[in-house]
Formats: sequence, structure tokens, C-alpha cells
Amino acid sequence: MGLAAAFWIMAVVVVVAALGVVFLRNVFRAALALILCFITVAGLYITLSADFLAAVQILVYVGAISVLIILAIMMTREVQQGSPSNRMKLPAFIVAAVLLGIMIYTVTKTSWQIAAESPLSPTTAPLATKLFSESGFILPVEIAAMLILAAILGAIVIAREK
Amino acid sequence: MTIGLEHYLVLSAVLFCIGLYGALTKRNAVIILMCIELMLNSVNISLVAFSSYIVPLMLTGQVFAIFVMVVAAAEVAVGLAIILAIYRCFTDVDASKIDLMKW
Repeated sequence: MGLAAAFWIMAVVVVVAALGVVFLRNVFRAALALILCFITVAGLYITLSADFLAAVQILVYVGAISVLIILAIMMTREVQQGSPSNRMKLPAFIVAAVLLGIMIYTVTKTSWQIAAESPLSPTTAPLATKLFSESGFILPVEIAAMLILAAILGAIVIAREK
Repeated sequence: MTIGLEHYLVLSAVLFCIGLYGALTKRNAVIILMCIELMLNSVNISLVAFSSYIVPLMLTGQVFAIFVMVVAAAEVAVGLAIILAIYRCFTDVDASKIDLMKW
């Protein structure tokens, strides 16, 4: 019962925050709404008993990505007042609404095979064995490390002064 | 009323479509990037929901969500660097005015 109440509260908050990201006129307030959205998504992970992922969400999204986005907003602040829309408003709305309808229809019509077991409750140690064991995902982890390194170097090269 | 898998999937679909609408209509490049982050987050919600309802003992969905986060972090770093470089060249972040490579 408490879980259901928590889910509904966070669902409402996350949808309102997402609408705020899209429809708020002030770019900085849109970024703050995005941060609220990230924090609420971390709460949703906790209701799904994904505790490690909730911590990672707070660290990576709320801690790092929001700071980067706010930095970019500060550096490009004076060129554009508000966040205006382009001329594709109606077609984009139709596309988004049709896609939403299709997705909700498929999700509610499919009969999912819900497992009987309750999910693992502390997930950190099982995730570590999954990620770093020989039979697990060690190769993708190394590739992800290379991707991060390449992205950092690329960002430095692109953004530095000539 | 218990919360099932469908609730999380519908919520993630709603978030994805809000992000899609924003990414298609906004003219500020930073806002477009923020909407893309929103879409990636909604995909993560559905991955974690699948993981904890369908294969609760295998955690594969959570591993995938971690990799999505890695790629999202790399993407936002490079994207913001590109936006700053464009801002330095054009002194503008309006995506509809940056049409140098438009055919």
C-alpha cells in the first residue's frame, strides 16, 4: 500500500517536472525541473528495489550531468530569451501523441510473464559479480571505459579555445 | 490496487513522448539536449522495471541501465562541448539558425 502511494506521488511529480522541462519559458527553471525529474526517477528505482542504480542516478545525473547542463546554460545565457518553439509544433505533437497511443496500447494488450520471485534486495554485490566476472559483462565494461575516455578527449578538443 | 509492470511501462512511455515532443519542437540546443536526457531516463525506467518484474534474480536490465547511463554521460559531455564550440563561432544556440550544413 505504501509502495503504491509512493509510486503514484512520484509518477505525478515526474510527469509534471518533465512537462516543466518542455514548457517553462525560463531555461534555468527548465534545468531545475530536469533535476527534480532526475531525483524522482531515482525514487522510482528505489520502488523497483534497484538501490545501487538509484545511488548511481543521484551521483551521475544529479551530481554531474545537471552541473554540466547548468554550466552550458550560464555560458550561453545572453543570446536567447526563453525557450521558443519552432514551426513544427503541431506535427511534433501529433507524432508524440500517436507514438504514446501505440505504446500504451501495446503495453496494456501484451500479457507479460511476471516472475513469482521477489527481486534481490541489496543489488550492489550481485551487480558487481554480474559486471566484473569472466562469464558476465567484463568486455562491455572495458569498452565503456574506452568510450568514456574518447568522449572526454573529444569534449576537451572540441571545447577548448583555439 | 497493486502496482504492476504496466504502470511503470506506461509512465516511461509518457516520459518518452514528452521528451520526444520537446526534442522535436525546441529551438534552444541546450533544451534539446535536456529533452534527450529525459528520453534516456524513461528508457532506463522501463529497463529496470522489466528487470525487477520479469527476471528478478538476473539483474540484466539493471546492467543495461548502467551502460545507458555511461553512454548518456559521454553524450552529454560531447554534446555540450559541441554547443559551446558553435556558440563561440556563431554567438547563437538557436538550432534553427545553425544551417551551415543544411542541403
